[in-house]
Amino acid sequence: MRLIHYWIALWGIVGRELLRFLKQKERFLSALVRPLIWLFVFAAGFRAVLGIAIIPPYDTYILYEVYITPGLIGMIQLFNGMQSSLSMVYDREMGSMRILLVSPLPRWFLLVSKLLAGVLVSILQVYVFLAIAWCYEIEAPLMGYVYLLPVLILTGLMLGSLGLLLSSFVKQLENFAGVMNFVIFPLFFMSTALYPLWKLKESSEWLFLLAQYNPFSQAVELIRFSLYEQFNQEACFFTLGIFIVFLILAIIGYNPSKGMMQRKGRG
Amino acid sequence: MTNNTALNIQQLSFAYGKKPVLKDVDLVVRAGQCCILLGPNGAGKSTLFSLITRLYSYSEGQIALAGFDLKQQPLKALAQLGVVFQQPTLDLDLTVQQNLFYHASLQGISRKLAKSAIQQQLECLAMFERKDELVRQLNGGHRRRVEIARALLHQPQLLLLDEPTVGLDVPSRQAMVEQVHELVKQSNTAVLWATHLMDEIYPEDEVVVIHQGNIKATGNVEQVIKSVDAKTIQDAFFKLTQGKK
Repeated sequence: MRLIHYWIALWGIVGRELLRFLKQKERFLSALVRPLIWLFVFAAGFRAVLGIAIIPPYDTYILYEVYITPGLIGMIQLFNGMQSSLSMVYDREMGSMRILLVSPLPRWFLLVSKLLAGVLVSILQVYVFLAIAWCYEIEAPLMGYVYLLPVLILTGLMLGSLGLLLSSFVKQLENFAGVMNFVIFPLFFMSTALYPLWKLKESSEWLFLLAQYNPFSQAVELIRFSLYEQFNQEACFFTLGIFIVFLILAIIGYNPSKGMMQRKGRG
Repeated sequence: MTNNTALNIQQLSFAYGKKPVLKDVDLVVRAGQCCILLGPNGAGKSTLFSLITRLYSYSEGQIALAGFDLKQQPLKALAQLGVVFQQPTLDLDLTVQQNLFYHASLQGISRKLAKSAIQQQLECLAMFERKDELVRQLNGGHRRRVEIARALLHQPQLLLLDEPTVGLDVPSRQAMVEQVHELVKQSNTAVLWATHLMDEIYPEDEVVVIHQGNIKATGNVEQVIKSVDAKTIQDAFFKLTQGKK
């Protein structure tokens, strides 16, 4: 198989995802409205309630809006990862997934291309969100926005591969909506997206442990540090490791001889 | 296996868990041949297509596409294949041309080459004028035409059609049957067409009757009719499938 074939196919898959995203304006709007409501309503309301100590990567006291911004970036990517996977379940139920899987390319490559396409869409959403936040005077150092880019690729891949893994196990669209609730909410609320670890430790030791080893927390911390021009090595390796594990499991899930596809029905 | 064999299936068996679905299936489709896979609902047609397209994996038997074994050389084998699935698989929010470009990219066809291939296929199916329309705006018959154009973009050796006329009105169905038979004549492409509708069969077609996962008869229309001492292909089909539709 020629290398150029892979290149053309990758751009085909990414291009299709971008086209779909640009045509689905409601999707773009809802992807932005969700974190903006959290930022402008939730964070504003809780500003006085939650005191924030000086914690790395911040070198001064910060507003609660500033604290939750990286968590909301993670939220955008988490929802986008789930949305992409939801569309894969939909595509599979509707049949268009078959066109992708029948093409003469290795399945792992097709799935990774799909993942990358989803990540690209999520990055667009994140930077639009950050631009709006900037107007609201939630500003990070300029270089932080540059350092954020490779981190968003990694965190997007990790969260996307989680969605991909779920989509390989979930049979029907209706079930996927349920799974999303069981996955998104625990991941988001039991993480450092909304409150720092020390705050969680104050209230519950087990919640603290859950949040500490929650992959979403690691992604959020990686985003937080990069946005302030710092590198969180531990979070980076953790996120990378989880991404590899999720991806391998998802590829197995989509493998015709080993995975769940065959057990799902008689299409 | 001869050089012009587009599809060669030998001793293929498959089961969902313990429930057998296909048993010792042998099937050969040659270039320039339109092979009708005739079977009632639940006969195993769609499962057979899922195995040929590698959506499912098999452990017993062999499948080769244009001489490439599906297990040993899956990518080369799949490159020989064009498929129209029973369910529509076009992206409704994209235009006809955007759908076709997407498929061309999956086949590794550059944009420049894809453009001319798309024009050629759409012109053959009288759909070129509608290339910039959203698929959502097309009727069922036209969507199917686009799917056929898509399946032929990369000039496959074998075209698989899994009950492609389901849901079409009579004129659209007739037009599609004619177009596919014309294609076989013109391009020498091999076609495997799964159906349970007798009026989609032409006298010169090869017919394979499948029932409960077994191949019950194979040959041209006349041979299949004679094999069960029937008068028409419809009678032969009922006899071979024990009168079950």
